[in-house]
Amino acid sequence: MNLAQLGGNKREDLADFKIGDTVRVHVKIVEGGKERIQAFEGIVIARKGPSRLETFTVRKISHGVGVEKVFFINSPAIEKIEVVRKAKTMRAKLYYLREKVGKERKVSGERKLS
Amino acid sequence: MRSLIGRKIGMTTLFQKEQVVPVTVIEAGPCYVLDLKDLKRDGYKAIQLGFEEAKEKELPKPQLGVCKKAGVPPVRVIGEFRVEELPELTIGSRLTVDIFKTGDAIRISAVSKGKGFQGVMKRWGFAGGGASHGSMAHRKPGAIGCRTTPGKIFKGKRMAGHMGLKRVTIRNLQVVQVQPERNLIFVKGSVPGSRGSLVIIQEEGK
Repeated sequence: MNLAQLGGNKREDLADFKIGDTVRVHVKIVEGGKERIQAFEGIVIARKGPSRLETFTVRKISHGVGVEKVFFINSPAIEKIEVVRKAKTMRAKLYYLREKVGKERKVSGERKLS
Repeated sequence: MRSLIGRKIGMTTLFQKEQVVPVTVIEAGPCYVLDLKDLKRDGYKAIQLGFEEAKEKELPKPQLGVCKKAGVPPVRVIGEFRVEELPELTIGSRLTVDIFKTGDAIRISAVSKGKGFQGVMKRWGFAGGGASHGSMAHRKPGAIGCRTTPGKIFKGKRMAGHMGLKRVTIRNLQVVQVQPERNLIFVKGSVPGSRGSLVIIQEEGK
């Protein structure tokens, strides 16, 4: 027996999204005993980790400040993921976006989902 | 006192109630009760467990004898646990992980990873000396004693030396999940030892 044989699968009920896509992640948040759903919308700049423990990083600009959140794909806190915009990227990790300002921040090949 | 012997499989992550829980996976049991030691015959109370079935030819004959006497398959590992009160078990009975439940507090003993000969900074968390500005005492311990009085270094002074590879017990670990069908127990947090090393799981007492 080793860790690889432990099994467990990546959840498959979430929308398919790729690096560069703009997504809206609906997260369950428990606040003062009450549960509500909060959406976090931004560009997916990285996906990493082995299947069951895969994480993805969403970056957005909030009130002029860059905010990044890392989510576990398998986290039960994620209610659903909406793909807002699709994009094609030249690389697998978009860390360069952190240094860009204004218009440069756009990922090439963005297109709105009708 | 519920006890089991197992092998550490490694660490992973579980998701529970919107939370990410770091867990250590341990393959524990099935263990066989080899002997129950009592005050009258042995002078102390203990329960002797055997773990990990093995082929007969792999084991020394005296060990086979112990297993045969208890009427259990040949086991590779034998461990003995002192108890205050002997549990109501019969010799030869089989214990599996289901003696532990989710939420139980347990303690785990194992031999920690060997670190070799280490300096005081790693071994005892000393601050060391300055890194620059002409300092030449980078990772040194500094002063280790006084002068003529007492004229010696006290025993037990923390110095460089061999680190790790000794029995370590972590108390009050929480059982997160038990999978009896695969003999697995998931424990919150880390556990001493490398992957594949033997661990002893015991119910947390006072």
